[in-house]
Amino acid sequence: MALKKNSSVAGNRYLKIFMVAFALAVLFPFSGSLELSAENFSVSDVWAEDAAGGEPAATEGEGADGESAEGEAVESNEWKPAPPPVLETKDYPLIPGFNSRMWVWYVAQLHLFFAAFVLGVPMFVWAIELIGVLSGDKRYDRMAHEFMKVSMTGFSLAASFGGLLAFLLFVCYPDFMSYMTSIFGKTMIFYAVLFFAESFFVYTYYYGWDAMDNAKMKKVHLALGLGLNIAGMTLMVVSNSWASFMMAPSGIGDDGAFLGNVWAAINGPLWNPLNLHRVIANVAYGGSLTAAYAAYKFVTVDPKATEDRAHYDWMGYTSFIVAMVGLLPLPFAGYWLTKEVYGYSQQMGITLMGGVFAWLFILQAVLIGAIFLSANYYLWCSLGRTEAAKRYYFMIKPLGIVIVIAFLMWFTPHTLIMTSTEVTQVGGTHHPVLGPFGVMAAKNTAVNTLILATFLSFQIFRRAGIKAVGDGFWAKNGTAIQVALYTAAMGNIVILGVYSYVIPASVRIGLSVPQVCTTAVVIILAMIIDGKMFKKSEEVSETKWGQMPMRSQYALFMLAISFTWLMGLMGYCRSAIRQHWHVYTVFRDNSVEAFTPTLPFAALHVTIIVVIFMALVFFMFWMPILASKKGKVGAEQKAH
Amino acid sequence: MKILRPLIPLTVILILYFALKEGVPYLGSQLHEGTWPVIPTSVMKMYVFFIAVGVLLIFTFTDDGFKANIGPFAEIYLNPDRKIIRFVSAVLVGCFGAWVSYQYVKPTFDAPVELRSIHPAPPSNAKMWGKTYSIGTLKNPLREDKENFAANVKAGGEVYYKNCFYCHGDRMLGKGPFWDGFTPVPANFVDIGTIAQLSESFVFWRIGTGGPGLPSEATPWLSAMPVWHEFLSEEEVWKVILFLYDYTGHSPRVIEPHH
Repeated sequence: MALKKNSSVAGNRYLKIFMVAFALAVLFPFSGSLELSAENFSVSDVWAEDAAGGEPAATEGEGADGESAEGEAVESNEWKPAPPPVLETKDYPLIPGFNSRMWVWYVAQLHLFFAAFVLGVPMFVWAIELIGVLSGDKRYDRMAHEFMKVSMTGFSLAASFGGLLAFLLFVCYPDFMSYMTSIFGKTMIFYAVLFFAESFFVYTYYYGWDAMDNAKMKKVHLALGLGLNIAGMTLMVVSNSWASFMMAPSGIGDDGAFLGNVWAAINGPLWNPLNLHRVIANVAYGGSLTAAYAAYKFVTVDPKATEDRAHYDWMGYTSFIVAMVGLLPLPFAGYWLTKEVYGYSQQMGITLMGGVFAWLFILQAVLIGAIFLSANYYLWCSLGRTEAAKRYYFMIKPLGIVIVIAFLMWFTPHTLIMTSTEVTQVGGTHHPVLGPFGVMAAKNTAVNTLILATFLSFQIFRRAGIKAVGDGFWAKNGTAIQVALYTAAMGNIVILGVYSYVIPASVRIGLSVPQVCTTAVVIILAMIIDGKMFKKSEEVSETKWGQMPMRSQYALFMLAISFTWLMGLMGYCRSAIRQHWHVYTVFRDNSVEAFTPTLPFAALHVTIIVVIFMALVFFMFWMPILASKKGKVGAEQKAH
Repeated sequence: MKILRPLIPLTVILILYFALKEGVPYLGSQLHEGTWPVIPTSVMKMYVFFIAVGVLLIFTFTDDGFKANIGPFAEIYLNPDRKIIRFVSAVLVGCFGAWVSYQYVKPTFDAPVELRSIHPAPPSNAKMWGKTYSIGTLKNPLREDKENFAANVKAGGEVYYKNCFYCHGDRMLGKGPFWDGFTPVPANFVDIGTIAQLSESFVFWRIGTGGPGLPSEATPWLSAMPVWHEFLSEEEVWKVILFLYDYTGHSPRVIEPHH
């Protein structure tokens, strides 16, 4: 035992030394040359110093020339911003039988799916692990570990597709990449090196899970998880800056020539909205995929293995809650992004929401609605875990009716597809009844209603098996106060929605804020009241984890598929509104594929990508199952 | 009788379908006299599909409900004793499938289905009166002239009633004397879905370049709107825009600049 203890201590010591050394190795290359701040991270300063013959900053070779040479030599080293080239079709490498655009599209989308998953999962894994540590409940730890296990193959696949994407871009679009690297070169190197940090954290976090499962090392393990999330988040925001620059370039002159300040190019108008939207979406997406994994395990596990079924039911439920927590604020982050798109370019905004891409947003609305329907169905089925939940069944029908009505309003299009007969009957493109449901006033009302109804379903589920006891104020009046709260909130949301039709459009957009605040206030207050009401509570009937119908698990699959499809369609939409521009209004795409595909074409290819991804997801799910299987030899050895 | 239980959700779905199919055009005809605004088939299909999904979810979330509503299908198709009803239902389902297929493939003289944007994306620049205007940054030069605002609105009204009234009507409801001669019908400016959604520069571009100036996306537009920059002066167009917003009480959309 003593020997074991000593070796464990020594192992921990080596681990610490290794971690510190690795962290230093990763951070050292940036200590001198890359200071990410608005004031310091300016390439123009670096080049200006070069041009003046001063001390070069981290460019030894060029600096040496600058110092030794006078006059002409200095001029020759002077950095001159060049506008992007005007390309012709022949400037794009043509590989027979190889469609550059389609390859880049497919590979980029697959990379983004996996990247979103592996960035999202560690966020809630870390939170779940922390809950486990604070509550002392080991089940949380086991679940968090299993979530990481599922995502491990995803890290490799994300990196592989990312590498392939980089090669494809450099091979298929060399001039475009040359322009991008001339602006973002340093951030690209930073991005690539950051992968080492990401790898370090992910492997030590995952493989060190059991080794660090003791009171002393758990904090180190949590620190590693935090490091993993910081590294992942940094990777994401760095690459987001390239995508947002392509949509809404900044830090360049009118002719597209780089002005020299990388920070100005990074911090464009769409960068932060995109960052926020992606962070939240990653959490929701990670939750939905791990929910699908739990559902897959639930439906395939031996029905007699009640403990396993209970575990995967609970795991599915937790993942589902994570996905919902991510989903609820997502529409509002999306509004901010779109608002900034409009603010940057009215033309781009109208193309996106009212023009040629409008119907993709209808598909988006349909898929979001499908997510809400699946989510509510899962929660309603969850009532079956508790016998006492029957007392709440009467609420499900009205809730369902409200959700369906809100959903129909939510996806009613503004731009209608009509036959010529229908156009004549309607009297034009504007429908007098459906028209008002096509504008944002109706959409905001509908989505807030959907969110509140879904939260109410969740609240019903939470109190299904318990009841408040005692004569306290909250125990006696909590439910009545909550009913009043919901009624007032719905009244406020609907009145604001109707009122917004009669005020100027610029003010109307602003009314979405009080609507959202109303929803948020209800959710927060309802949770606080729940907490007070059930501070003293008793179990009316036991919650039987694992007692879920199979059909409820298909709702979880539906959730994952809808999320994936949604990301593919909207990702295409975000990228394609640049239309025939590599960098919007600055660097024109003159390749043979620089056209906006028809909507069926885009939808078809996004669907194919989703199918490919889902096939790979099953591979990803299969890996941990394979790893846990013991071969005949191993089993025999263990038996002996 | 248990076998007939699925007829309950089916009846609910059918009632809702007919309520939408007949109720919405009726309501629309009251709002927009002379029309029968049906729900376009493309939208109706989605409505009915999700109503059906919603109804099924509500009816099947409990085990009892699931068994009662889905169980009869298993009974019909899996119980060897249910030969006759199985045969009848298979024939009915087959006939329904054939009818749906026939509706899709039968020859029709209708023009192809069109997706037409209500608000087409404006070009970055538009050429009118021999000048190039940047639509993104263009502002109504008369909007800030508070001193002559009333006079300009009045002058815009005169331009309107001399030129636009014939199609868009005296109350701007899109019901001028010639309104029913056009497909699509003239725009209703009072409606919150038209100029209330747009910036003045957009309206300026639409009036100035008319139907032929519409972008190529989602064509054919079939709009009979004249190219007004060939008939009116730039100032007259700005004045008529002032009048449109003043009369309808709408405010032009202001795109917030990015800070």
